[in-house]
Amino acid sequence: MSQNSRERILARIRSAVADAPETPDVPRTYLARHTPDDPDAVLDLLHENLADYRAHVHRTDEAGLPALIARRLEERGARRVVVPDGLPAEWLAGTAAEPVPDDRLTPAALDAVDAVVTGCALAVAETGTLVLDGGPGQGRRALSLVPDLHVCVVREEQVVASVPEALPRLDPRRPLTWISGPSATSDIELDRVEGVHGPRTLEVVLVRGARFAAG
Amino acid sequence: MSGVFVGMPAFPEAVRSAVRDERLRRNLRHATHTIRDKRARAVAELADWAELREAGKRIKDRTLRHLDAHLLRLEEAVTASGGTVHWAADSDEANRIVADLVKATGETEVVKVKSMATQEIGLNEHLEAEGIRAYETDLAELIVQLGEDRPSHILVPAIHRNRGEIRDIFRDTMGRWGRPAPEGLSDSPAELAEAARLHLREKFLRAKVGVSGANFMVAETGTLVVVESEGNGRMCLTLPETLISVVGVEKVVPEWRDLEVFLQTLPRSSTAERMNPYTSMWTGTTDADGPKTFHLVLLDNGRTDALADEVGRQALRCIRCSACLNVCPVYERAGGHAYGSVYPGPIGAILTPQLRGTASEVDASLPYASSLCGACYEVCPVAIDIPEVLVHLREKVAGQGGKGHRLEKAAMKAAGWVLDHPGVLAAGERLASKTRGLHPRKLPGPGARQWTDHRDLPGLPTEPFRDWWKKNRPADPPGDRA
Ligand code: SF4
Repeated sequence: MSQNSRERILARIRSAVADAPETPDVPRTYLARHTPDDPDAVLDLLHENLADYRAHVHRTDEAGLPALIARRLEERGARRVVVPDGLPAEWLAGTAAEPVPDDRLTPAALDAVDAVVTGCALAVAETGTLVLDGGPGQGRRALSLVPDLHVCVVREEQVVASVPEALPRLDPRRPLTWISGPSATSDIELDRVEGVHGPRTLEVVLVRGARFAAG
Repeated sequence: MSGVFVGMPAFPEAVRSAVRDERLRRNLRHATHTIRDKRARAVAELADWAELREAGKRIKDRTLRHLDAHLLRLEEAVTASGGTVHWAADSDEANRIVADLVKATGETEVVKVKSMATQEIGLNEHLEAEGIRAYETDLAELIVQLGEDRPSHILVPAIHRNRGEIRDIFRDTMGRWGRPAPEGLSDSPAELAEAARLHLREKFLRAKVGVSGANFMVAETGTLVVVESEGNGRMCLTLPETLISVVGVEKVVPEWRDLEVFLQTLPRSSTAERMNPYTSMWTGTTDADGPKTFHLVLLDNGRTDALADEVGRQALRCIRCSACLNVCPVYERAGGHAYGSVYPGPIGAILTPQLRGTASEVDASLPYASSLCGACYEVCPVAIDIPEVLVHLREKVAGQGGKGHRLEKAAMKAAGWVLDHPGVLAAGERLASKTRGLHPRKLPGPGARQWTDHRDLPGLPTEPFRDWWKKNRPADPPGDRA
């Protein structure tokens, strides 16, 4: 039956557009980015836009990262933190929280964890967006969804300016999650409320890159 | 289309009961004006908005011209990535496919993320009849479902409910479906959201089957995209073992790159954000991440009829942002329920009659539920000329019944309602004269011309509506002045 419908729908489409004129190429005259090509400005913009959508943003360098992560977890009262495969071990070296490896935890088991620490695939400054692709240190999608606190580490060199710059750097075959601030709703009289089903708190740590390492 | 609200009166009658409800009107006015102003600011941030809008429109037109090829390519890519593709000619077939897929899993409940397509086909009611309970998981849809109500706005379906009513609904009904509302629940939005979080979490954690729609499907890669705010979408797309997505055929875009246009225009047009909190993209299935089984149900249900109409087919460009609702003077005064379908407002007035024809009184009256002011066209991120399609559909309605026919009478009443509301008309005419210079008789650019060269766009005369009314006014004008 479905096979018939397939042919029927395709036939209907073909007859519907049979007399329609050809369409030329799409004009892509829009901008590739709206921001000057200045890494400091792009990083500042990411910071500003993340904060504007109520993420908590922190900055550090490689050396300061473990202590900063430890402090974020402690201040939020996170006692158990789920660890995605491939997360650099030193990121959690400073924390007293109990690390929970992801041994195919069930959703209910994940719900009993307080926090998750991940990296990301890239971040988009103009929209204040983090993109996770399940690569090393990011884990499967459920890990950054079920726990109530998400600490996400972004390295400076992972930041792009715009959406058009982000897409070619992403692999569509991987499951992708674009995150712009914590979960939110405006369904009740249009009052924005942070945190419905996703993590109610999003902490973002921006890590300065190699250009600052010497200093 | 089985999403017709049973017993739905034609536009003017439905509107009469809506406008009597002062609170609904207040809520709607507050909501539409708030979103409208925020949207204008979000759009103004992008210097290349006009170019993005033109590109979005042209991508959609080009896709529709070769829709068969893009769907075949999509099918191939989804299948190659481990998904299964089904084709549904109408709502009955789509409902049957989904019900059979759910039954095959042995489950009797599913979690759902808001989807216009599944509302259009009446999936929840169908599943219910088959002994399967579908839980809506968007906060607003939950409010609507628990309140045994109908959505009134594409984006904010519970826009007609205030916080006190929502508290009462939660307190009285949550316990019937699962975890009851917490003791002493107040009407603060944060507490209400928390109650919804707790109520739904138990359902997410045990759900084995998820049902969704999609905002975009990329033919090149087989990727589906869901844009959302709350995270319930991520829950439904990620935690269940089986995922079933029901998506209209017009949602396909050819290339991965095309998303760079719509991911910029959709969030700014709909929620007035630079980016919505969560966007999920998935391609078939992935080992050890998310559902093991993925089914895509491609839905026609009248879309190919719309595609065959050379003027009306532009409605298929719609990306469901709801910007046109928020600027519409008729929608603001009439409310979403008056449109008698899941698609309210200006887009509903042109989409519904095309998807299900104009044989019923409510559908025949929809093209008249407008003052042709053009505000909807101005804000539409894919440049759908809604007034043009409305005029075209009026011609069709006028041609089908003849003078004095019941359909014509329904149309007259809708027209009469608009005319009898000076606010609607004045807003309309003011905008029309302001934007008339922006309505070219032929659309600019070589591409657009090839779609439109053989016909002139209708102009916007100074008093389009009154002219039309004078010519068509029934001898016995509708007496009811709501
Ligand atoms: S018609 Fe245009 S403005 Fe209205 S919902 Fe569709 S895309 Fe948005």
